[in-house]
Amino acid sequence: MKKTAKRDLFPGALEMMILQTLRREPSHGYALVQHIRRTSHDLLQIEEGSLYPALQRLLKEGLVKAERGVSSTNRSVRIYRLTTAGAKHLEREVSSFARMLEGITHVLAPGES
Amino acid sequence: MNWLSQLFLRRRMYRELSEEIREHLEEMTDELVAGGMSKEEATHTARRAFGNVGLAEENARGVWRWVSIENFFADVRYGLRMLRRNPAFTALGLLTIAIGIGANAGVFSVVNSVLLKPLNYPNPQELVALHQIAPGAAGLADFRNGLLLSPSMYFTYAEQNRTFQSLGVWIPGTANVTGLAEPEQVRAVDVSDGVLQALGVPPALGRWFSQSDQIPNGAERVMLSYGYWQRRFGGDPAVVGRNVLVDSRSREIVGVMPQGFRFLDADFDLIVPLAFDRGKLILAGFGYHGIARFKPGVSIVEANADMTRMLPIWMDSWSNGPGTNPHIYETWKITPAIRPLKQEVLGNVSEVLWVVMATIGLVMMIACANVTNLLLVRVESRQQELAVRAALGAGRARIVRGLLVESVLLGLIGGALGVGVAYVGVRLLVASGPANLPRLSEISIDARTLGFALSLAVLSGLLFGLIPALKYAGPRTTLALQSAGRSISVSRERHRARNLLVISQMAIAVVLMVSAGLMIRTFQALRTVDPGFTGAPRLQLMRISIPDSLVAEPERVTRIQNAIVDKLQAIPGVKSAGFASEMPMEGFDSDWDAIYAQDKTYSDAEIPPLRLFKHISPGFFETAGTRIIAGRELTWTEVYGRRPVVMVSENLAREMWATPSAAIGKRLREFPSTPWYEVIGVVQDVRENGVQEKAPEIVYWSSWLGNSHDPGYAWRTVTFAIRSDRAGTQAFLDELRQAVWSVNSNVPLASVLTMQEVYDKSVARTSFTLVMLAIAGAMAMALGTIGIYGVISYTVSQRRREFGIRLALGAQRGDVLQMVLKQGARTALVGVAMGIATALGLSELMQSLLFGVSAQDPMTFAAVAALLIAVALLASYIPARRAVLVDPVVALRYE
Repeated sequence: MKKTAKRDLFPGALEMMILQTLRREPSHGYALVQHIRRTSHDLLQIEEGSLYPALQRLLKEGLVKAERGVSSTNRSVRIYRLTTAGAKHLEREVSSFARMLEGITHVLAPGES
Repeated sequence: MNWLSQLFLRRRMYRELSEEIREHLEEMTDELVAGGMSKEEATHTARRAFGNVGLAEENARGVWRWVSIENFFADVRYGLRMLRRNPAFTALGLLTIAIGIGANAGVFSVVNSVLLKPLNYPNPQELVALHQIAPGAAGLADFRNGLLLSPSMYFTYAEQNRTFQSLGVWIPGTANVTGLAEPEQVRAVDVSDGVLQALGVPPALGRWFSQSDQIPNGAERVMLSYGYWQRRFGGDPAVVGRNVLVDSRSREIVGVMPQGFRFLDADFDLIVPLAFDRGKLILAGFGYHGIARFKPGVSIVEANADMTRMLPIWMDSWSNGPGTNPHIYETWKITPAIRPLKQEVLGNVSEVLWVVMATIGLVMMIACANVTNLLLVRVESRQQELAVRAALGAGRARIVRGLLVESVLLGLIGGALGVGVAYVGVRLLVASGPANLPRLSEISIDARTLGFALSLAVLSGLLFGLIPALKYAGPRTTLALQSAGRSISVSRERHRARNLLVISQMAIAVVLMVSAGLMIRTFQALRTVDPGFTGAPRLQLMRISIPDSLVAEPERVTRIQNAIVDKLQAIPGVKSAGFASEMPMEGFDSDWDAIYAQDKTYSDAEIPPLRLFKHISPGFFETAGTRIIAGRELTWTEVYGRRPVVMVSENLAREMWATPSAAIGKRLREFPSTPWYEVIGVVQDVRENGVQEKAPEIVYWSSWLGNSHDPGYAWRTVTFAIRSDRAGTQAFLDELRQAVWSVNSNVPLASVLTMQEVYDKSVARTSFTLVMLAIAGAMAMALGTIGIYGVISYTVSQRRREFGIRLALGAQRGDVLQMVLKQGARTALVGVAMGIATALGLSELMQSLLFGVSAQDPMTFAAVAALLIAVALLASYIPARRAVLVDPVVALRYE
């Protein structure tokens, strides 16, 4: 059951990116994938299928809400929206990720060890 | 949203999820088409980018926890469908499991009811039997009950103890009830004050005995069992206060015990108070069973210490008469060895039951191996199906779980059938009523047994499902899809699993059949033992008691007994008749004491070994078929003249005077105060305590002892033995009764049995073990043979193509046949060797059940090994011959 995706990312990364994207503006699944791909300059190849289990997890934990809406291409879709809890969660995750990244960068930086 | 409403809304959520994903794909496709791709290409690209749609959907649903439950139900439905679709496989599997679980649940219900459940008294853990041993009293070790309590011991223990709530002594016996209908001999328990209080079961009617009922020559009272109350008084509630004639004495009924109350393990009709006359008690008289209830929190160690403390008090408080040293018993080294009452009731049956339980458990393992085999074969033919499921996105865990659910379902349905099998089996067992199995009436299938059957079903389902599941749920999907439908010769790897199963089945079958074989050999050995009597089926027995309230004078007792013997001998078809205080193996409490020989010297402190005493009539040995080794039998003239003559057993004669003939004319006595008795005859040894037990040394006294100056003592309760070809027939028994009643119409008959029945009862434990192990052995043999045959023949039939190639390439039929046989033999040999090693390791556990045969008996082992190897060879030969007789061309075209 835990085999949610062939994730090259670390656990939680996808969720973090979804939350970040939704903070900018509420959107539906397809738009989410497109946005992540675009803003990562195609560096991150997400298997689109793994998006939906991640969205369900966020829904279950109350970090996002879903409602019926209409997309920019005039389709009836489910629009996901960040909740207050989701915003707080995202803040925590981002700062802890920043610290982790900084640490890794220090270790990997040439000549500094 | 709470989880409950979520659960109800889940269908909608699922629908929405599927729709969302579908729209996602559509949107992407539309975009690609807009970018200039063809519709078809766009659909494929979108799908590829998305990945496995089904899996993504499933994983998304999996976030909410109900998925596992839903999958489980889906697996159950699928499993049931698969079972229904293969009726032959399902039937065979269910049958095997039903037999296996049925046998196990049945035996477990016996173990549970007999061994595990507490006794049916309030707070049974506080109840104990006052067992004591006396290693210093030589000869006593031959007597099964250790050192029983004397009445004086009872008074000391009851009055001086610090660890018991209540304590009493009891003795089983019989009583004659007259004045109701026909004179009747009934089962009675004589109890002292404290016994009923210890057991703690209140009467259904009236009251218990009180101390005032235990006064010698006081008011005579009696209590009834529920069964006797129903049988003789029709359950009349006004029975309390009525009088009945018990042993010709009028006794007032004071109470009725409730239904289902058993005295330890005995059914009884009457409870009679013991009324000891304190003033006349001496130290000796060790004939009473002690029973007690601990004060709360007292341990056996503390109670033993308490009894040890009281023994010197006992020796100081009483004596054996003027001029005797009460502290002589210090040389006996009397040691309390209190046992839980349950242990006393169960006796030595627990080891038998555990051996049977273990054996039946092994049968279950064989059954499991068989079902595993079936499943292995079937899962192999389902490879294609499994590969398709894997290709459609089923994870390995999901497939394994599906297969396990299927096999557990098989186990559960089989288990349910098995409970039915167990129910029938237990009913049969209780109906056939093996003697010596205590608490038989309590055996039933209860919740614990059902729980046992359930866990056994689940566990075995997992066990036999796991091997095929792990083996075939692997990721070799493409391979399986390609080769599906066309099996090449079977790979070595697939062989290995099955060979391992055959080997372990063989090994377990060896263990079971060796145990069954050893029991059969034990029974044979028992049959060849000379018990000390002959022609048991033609030896009619009946027990007659003449209480002193009916006939007071010992001489008249003897004359009545003599007259009965004469009347019996006059019945047509009777060869001879006689009587003795008890027949061998009857299990009545024996009379025993030390004897002193005239030509030996004894130091003051020395008590010679205790000997079994029996009291006999003239003609008894001739009737019983006990050989006279030297000298002659007693005569009636000697009995009436109270001549000081005595007979002894061969082992006693050899021990004291080296040869039987040397014993003739020697003299012995019981007390310094009694005259010397001259040995007039030596008879062969008799297995008094059962065929398996060593023959004890016995002194045979006349049934009427004393001298011409006093009336002496006549043995009043005796077993008459009548030698006749008509023994056991109803007409004969009627004539026996008439003969007895023509002498005295107030004398009832009891224990009307043939010697064969007494003998069978004494070997009942061995026969019970034998029957159970034989059943287990037969089941192991049948299941094992089917299993071995099935696996080998399946393997051989799988190799038809290979045989065809070999034959086409010029191999001779004989060569191929030989090859198959060699492979079969090799597997069988490995299995048998492992089985023999295991059986040798376990055989010590059985030693105590065996008699006259070593637990490593080479003959049994060899026979079992030969039999199983023959079965394995036959199982290889028949299918192999069929396979090689087929035209190679046909075999190659096959499939």
